[in-house]
Amino acid sequence: MRKLALSDEILLSIDKPARYIGGEVNMVVKDPKQVDLRFAFCFPDVYEIGMSHLGIQILYDMFNRRDDVWCERVYSPWNDMDQELRNRGIPLFALESQDPVKDFDFLGITLQYEMCYTNVLQVLDLSQIPLHAEDRTEAHPIVIGGGPCAFNPEPLAPFFDLFYIGEGETVYDRLFDVYIENKKQGGSRREFLQKAAAVPGIYVPSLYDVSYNADGTIASFVPNDPHAPASVRRELVVDMDQVNYIEKPLIPFLKPTQDRVVLEIQRGCIRGCRFCQAGSIYRPLRERSLEYLKHYAKAMLESTGCDEISLSSLSSSDYTDLKGIVTFLIDQFQDKGVNISLPSLRIDAFSLDVMSKVQDVKKSSLTFAPEAGSQRLRDVINKGLTEEVILNGAKEAFLGGWNRVKLYFMLGLPTETQEDMEGIALLSEKVAETYYDIPKDQRQGRVQIVASSSFFVPKPFTPFQWAPMCTAEEFLRRAYLVKDTFRRMKNFKSLKYNYHEAELTVLEGVLARGDRRVAPVIEAAYRGGAMFDSWGENFQNDVWMQAFSDCGVDPDFYTTRERSLDEILPWDFIDAGVSKEFLKREWSRAQNGQLTPNCRQQCSGCGARVFGGGVCFENSN
Amino acid sequence: MKIRIKFTKLGATKFIGHLDVMRYFQKAIRRAGIAIRLSGGFSPHPVMSFASPLGLGLTSRGEYLDIEVLPTEDLSTLKDRLSRVMAEGFEIRSCCLLPDSARNAMSIVAAADYRLTFRPGYRPEDMDAFFENLERFYSQPQILITRQTKKGPQERDLKPLIYALRREEDSLFLQVSSGSSDNLKPETVMEAFYRFQGQELPPFALEICREELYAASGEEDGRRFLPLEELGEVI
Repeated sequence: MRKLALSDEILLSIDKPARYIGGEVNMVVKDPKQVDLRFAFCFPDVYEIGMSHLGIQILYDMFNRRDDVWCERVYSPWNDMDQELRNRGIPLFALESQDPVKDFDFLGITLQYEMCYTNVLQVLDLSQIPLHAEDRTEAHPIVIGGGPCAFNPEPLAPFFDLFYIGEGETVYDRLFDVYIENKKQGGSRREFLQKAAAVPGIYVPSLYDVSYNADGTIASFVPNDPHAPASVRRELVVDMDQVNYIEKPLIPFLKPTQDRVVLEIQRGCIRGCRFCQAGSIYRPLRERSLEYLKHYAKAMLESTGCDEISLSSLSSSDYTDLKGIVTFLIDQFQDKGVNISLPSLRIDAFSLDVMSKVQDVKKSSLTFAPEAGSQRLRDVINKGLTEEVILNGAKEAFLGGWNRVKLYFMLGLPTETQEDMEGIALLSEKVAETYYDIPKDQRQGRVQIVASSSFFVPKPFTPFQWAPMCTAEEFLRRAYLVKDTFRRMKNFKSLKYNYHEAELTVLEGVLARGDRRVAPVIEAAYRGGAMFDSWGENFQNDVWMQAFSDCGVDPDFYTTRERSLDEILPWDFIDAGVSKEFLKREWSRAQNGQLTPNCRQQCSGCGARVFGGGVCFENSN
Repeated sequence: MKIRIKFTKLGATKFIGHLDVMRYFQKAIRRAGIAIRLSGGFSPHPVMSFASPLGLGLTSRGEYLDIEVLPTEDLSTLKDRLSRVMAEGFEIRSCCLLPDSARNAMSIVAAADYRLTFRPGYRPEDMDAFFENLERFYSQPQILITRQTKKGPQERDLKPLIYALRREEDSLFLQVSSGSSDNLKPETVMEAFYRFQGQELPPFALEICREELYAASGEEDGRRFLPLEELGEVI
């Protein structure tokens, strides 16, 4: 039997001890003496969230295919376990071997959302690894970050030795080879970092110096070491059929947030919504072939015994052979009691037909994401969805038996006016009216419409990266205005309106577009007790505000300020493939309310064609 | 066809709660390719029933799960297929075919065996004295405890619910009443014993392993039990 790092006394005194024991189905165990490199892969949030993350599963599988590498997992210990580890001085351990993370060669931390940054520090701290890369010695692991937030790694720069910019499947093998070779040659940590800087996609923050202008903007961002390139190109998989997917996903004992296998049908998106970072940093759209997907769907369901499979992509309706994959799944698995889940589908006749086959219409709800309340503002954000499409889709769905609708909006988008805000309530009302226009004998009771708005956060590598963001007070003023408008609607009893946490959003805005001067604030907030900030009950805005004031950092500089187009942005050293000229063009078109066609309609020259694959070359074979 | 599966829950699996064990077996049965009968409805789920939920922190060598399989299922390989997909700590001890008329395990559980051992650091200095005291405790004509219920404090006599209590080397063997009525937890017995000694049972002192679950044999004295696996035919 595997020996656990913690005693029964500890595990039986805390909530959900199964978070800390490992031993899950499809876990990989190796002999540590037989491998050259031990990698601890961390999702800096609680186990059930981290275990639902696809990216780690893909890389866990890929790393462990190498005989000389053993990849294990680690998650943020929840508050109760955090206290136990601190009080007893027990170092944080990886789930598989239960060995301390500090003895590993690498600690890889995936950065999926900004509000996990204090948990990054928690994981380092509990692992007894110095928070600052410059304080680490030959004895400490190399700490590497990746994921979407690595597209502006600067607020975390001092805490990481390396960042991996882009999709993990491509250069990790090379990075591991470099590490193992350096280790065998007796090379130092510093020598490894220099060699790593030459690997495409790898950013070594300590090899760059930043200077600032009197007004606080960046004056220069330059390498201080000949090994470091001036610009780091994003890594991506050119042909999605040429890399392995997961055959044996890990199956947690605890119920994860998503208890199902996930089939990633494509990566990237053709739509070009101007607020969407994923739509930019995963360009161009690259599909997996139907044959490839069939193989992995079968393999994953067999190796896990899961009773649900979900298709994953940014916009599943854009997959060329959606019908093929959906028909395959229904034919092969539905009579075996496997549920098929199809998120991110456009509502149209085809998707309604499919959904009525795979879901219980009475229990499921329809989701539309108009994102903005008026056509004018939807044009600004390049969201092609029109009111007509929404209402027609809703009508068809209502006739098909659905009577619950979810509508997603954003508040605080650039150029937003009072009319746009009121439009959120008006559009919701129109959906309700569409329902009540249907003769009584053809509908099922009352309609239930839930509209929710998040507050808009401008993200790097989007056309809105220069846009000012609202203050928390302004966000709330707009939310109250929308709420008031809802109260005036005729069918207000069928409508429900929710909005997100405003203070949390502002903080997300600071971290999303922050620079290296934000790092001390994160550290001060962590020291002040901030952790699990994305968990409503844990979020302590006052701790963060104190941290800003103690560090002499003005959050408004990063949020409400409109950046000029020639300002050096903290993430400009990253070459994401999508050119700055394209983003500028899109920012200008946005302000004029001009739509940009999607990648299949017409190429807009975003720059992603340089990668040599995907939708950019779809019709040129 | 009704199948009864006997399995262990050892090592780190003692930290996995009952609901999670249910989800684990649902998936394991799918992985093993067992043609389990599915319930009706829009999202059918496998029909399975556990004999008795095991508390978090306890291990077991005798857990039971009843499932119903389709006539197409190959019984000769069922146990091997299921064994191959187990995670460490869960081991399939037996599979047996029940008569169609068999009642499900949960409704017939009447008694359970437990083995209690001291966790490292909690062993009494004088083991002989400990067990001698325990013998005195057990030889009382009545073992009365008071428990808080919704109707206020109530007295309960544990004595008739303890079917066996004896030392086996440095461990304690207990056979107690179990099931939907008159369920007695081994912890309750030990708490009563420590109180009898004028002490409180230290938390975490004892490691508890459930060794077997029984059904009443139906014979007259009511104290003869059959392990649940013996109600069917081993396959």
